[in-house]
Amino acid sequence: MSSKPISAEAGHWGKDVRSDLHVAIEPRHDGGLEIGLESRVGLYYGDSILGQTRLVLETLGVKHARISVHDEGALPFVISARIETAVKRAGLGDGQRVWPEPFPLPAPSARDRLRRSRLYLPGTEPKYFINAGLHQPDAIILDLEDSVHHAEKDAARILVRNTLRAVDFGACERTVRINQLPVGLEDLREVIPEAPDLILIPKVEKPEQVAEVDRTISELKIADKIDRPIWIMPILESALGIENAFAIATASPNVVALTIGLEDYTADLGVVKTAEGRESAYARARIVNAAKAAGLQAIDSVFGDVADMDGLRRWGENSRSLGFEGMGCIHPGQIHVIHEAFAPSQIEIDKALKVVAAFEDAQQKGLGVVSLGSKMIDPPVVERARKLVGRAKQMGM
Amino acid sequence: MSNKVELAQNAAGRMVPTTVNGKPQVPYLGVGQYHPHGQKATPSVRSANEYPENGDKRVPDLETALRNCGLRDGMVISNHHHLRDGDSIALMALQTAARLGAKDLMWFPSASFPSQKGAIDLMQAGVIHHIEGSMNGPLGDYCTQGKMRGMGVLRSHGGRWQAIQDGDVHIDIAVIAAPSADPFGNADGSHGKSACGSLGFALADSTYADHVIVVTDNLVPFPCIPWQIQGNNVDYVVEVDSIGDPAKIVSGTTQITRSPDRLRIAEFVARFLREAGIMRNGFSFQAGAGGIALAFVDYLRRMMKEDGVKARFVRGGSTKFLVELLQEGLTDYILDGQTFDLDGVKSIGSDPRHVATSPFTSYNYHGKGNFASMVDAVVLGATEVDVNFNANVVTHSDGRLLHGIGGWQNCLAAGCSILALPSFRDRIPVIVDQVTTLTGPGELIDVVATERGIAINPRRQDLIDALKGSSLPIRPIQDIKAEVERICGGKPVRPKPSNRPVAIVKWVDGTVLDTVWQV
Repeated sequence: MSSKPISAEAGHWGKDVRSDLHVAIEPRHDGGLEIGLESRVGLYYGDSILGQTRLVLETLGVKHARISVHDEGALPFVISARIETAVKRAGLGDGQRVWPEPFPLPAPSARDRLRRSRLYLPGTEPKYFINAGLHQPDAIILDLEDSVHHAEKDAARILVRNTLRAVDFGACERTVRINQLPVGLEDLREVIPEAPDLILIPKVEKPEQVAEVDRTISELKIADKIDRPIWIMPILESALGIENAFAIATASPNVVALTIGLEDYTADLGVVKTAEGRESAYARARIVNAAKAAGLQAIDSVFGDVADMDGLRRWGENSRSLGFEGMGCIHPGQIHVIHEAFAPSQIEIDKALKVVAAFEDAQQKGLGVVSLGSKMIDPPVVERARKLVGRAKQMGM
Repeated sequence: MSNKVELAQNAAGRMVPTTVNGKPQVPYLGVGQYHPHGQKATPSVRSANEYPENGDKRVPDLETALRNCGLRDGMVISNHHHLRDGDSIALMALQTAARLGAKDLMWFPSASFPSQKGAIDLMQAGVIHHIEGSMNGPLGDYCTQGKMRGMGVLRSHGGRWQAIQDGDVHIDIAVIAAPSADPFGNADGSHGKSACGSLGFALADSTYADHVIVVTDNLVPFPCIPWQIQGNNVDYVVEVDSIGDPAKIVSGTTQITRSPDRLRIAEFVARFLREAGIMRNGFSFQAGAGGIALAFVDYLRRMMKEDGVKARFVRGGSTKFLVELLQEGLTDYILDGQTFDLDGVKSIGSDPRHVATSPFTSYNYHGKGNFASMVDAVVLGATEVDVNFNANVVTHSDGRLLHGIGGWQNCLAAGCSILALPSFRDRIPVIVDQVTTLTGPGELIDVVATERGIAINPRRQDLIDALKGSSLPIRPIQDIKAEVERICGGKPVRPKPSNRPVAIVKWVDGTVLDTVWQV
């Protein structure tokens, strides 16, 4: 930060902007802090916003500057992030961070928890964050990668960090999709201190990429005194990535699932992505196989047409039949359809319950062979039935 | 307006003026506590002898009609708002009165709309003294900034009928825009290029006003069938090229909200009705045309189909969503107060099971009952609600006029009244310590449904019991309030109102529920 301070800005404002704000900062040599505020909610929170602005600037060591704030009803964790971003873009702030009021960390995420649906939230759109958890996806993804313009990566990183700290996502697994390496390592430095439950690594092609992320996370966890798991989900989005699926799946004990990105994968093959997905049948089957071989979950890509719920349901049911345990979603309206598509049917559950009961009965009687009616049941069948019953319980069925 | 207004505290603890526009007022006494007496108002007796035997009451223009009605300074001129923001007759009538030199008129619309902001010029010019009727947008700002000479009086649809019928307001000249009319004055809203559906809001005006002018852009030979306005009450008929902009009279299609949060609220409300056992064969409900209400109807419809349940009647504001219920046999009738979209207009004009009602049948509190209290459930909006379920629907949190009361107050008489609201808007929490303007007493509001949970009024132990064990997020209202205040970074600062009243909010019985103060 040796370069000369410059004028800078961050955030958004305007008639159609909600829950965000725009901050412009003009560093000066003297004259103290001069803060101008225009706010949609100025009558109710004007003093609060001014007070917070001053506090953030003081924390960042900014003593002399002209700041103008246009607020569109942003919540405090957003206000703080936008000011910090502007200050850092201005070449001030000395690498300091400003922590918003924390929301208590939820319980750590279990390795084999349900991951039927993961809702993507663009990392620069704070209006989507606050109520995302209410729609009860199994996970939310704060995205720093494709949904964020390269000029906004710094802003998104700070905003996502604050979001992890301040927003209540209920029972959702709190996940972050970082950028491709090496930019992704920058992302990790910002977000790991807030103990996300899982990191999605995009465009993984080689196990070394996973190892590097895993190593960086481990170092940061020690430095930041985080003693809860931070899982990894590599996204395979190229022919090479698919070829290396098993090596990637086993690159770190913290990998809990493999997933696939079909837009990039089909582009890599030079084919058109269709609603039936014939062109990706091999890749998807390969991912499922590699994940299962490594003892991981296999998670499918997203279904892009948010208006086509029937198509989504078909896609999800097909995914489940291939061995996937979940998929991504880009709109809250997709969540319940996905959950239904990935739920076992009542017939499957009933059958599994019978198998488990027969197994327990055999155990009690000290029998080595489990049988149901006239049929003998192999141990893997029992294991699958137990898994299915466990899943159904997790799903509240 | 005089700055010295005597105030009294009413039964809701609100300070209200004891005299408004020269008329003594009764402060609100509590739900069902005010007992009216005396006779209803009556228009003067007329003789057929004074009217053309051939039934042709046409005059060349509005100016002639107003002159013939004996337009004088200080008169009360009324209009209905079935043409909504597309109406051009109300302003045309007032501007014509201005050309005739009238001053100090009281404008008494059943509601005003932003396109009628020309009324501000007429107030500044002294033509209009004040407005009694809902005001929002520029007219609302003009009123809350204290620029109107008289005090605004906000009434519900039922309250407006009550005020006319009880003689609280005497209409001198009613100017009724009619999408169809015959030369005798029979008029209707269901047909014509400016069709708007029901004309129910104009019914009291046509019955009680001294003089009634029907203005139409679709004159048909006698008889105009069907008729909702009876020509026997009408003095003059005026033909014009256009009574309004059809595109703004009804929307082409009313839109369901696409916000996932609002859809969640709508689904909660529908599930609530199902789980509370309110959604059962023969039940009834009312929902407005707002995005959440429409989505609610859509969810409820699916649940009714799943459970094989059919309603006896649904109450409009009708929209395509109610029309679909009717067409699918999920309700026997639509009892329609106003018609919001083209599907509604088409249906009311062609389906005998889609019936136009009026504020008299639906809402009037000073009658021998009304339909509103027979409705099993109603879904409404609000700008604020407090922890005792008192709600505000007329002002922003900053005290500026935002909405008319509409049928909102009257609907609270339903068996279960539900406010469906986002828990905060633009960082401003909806659940507050005290509402800015009391519009509905909490004892009549049973449920507040937000995206973060559903609060049941502790007075409704029956509903609390019915929902025990439900998977719906039923929570104390204080809990939801505390959560939202945490999210929003504390309670908002409450703007300090001035001590100058600019309008009053009437309760359904004509007593004064609250005051709107100058901003």
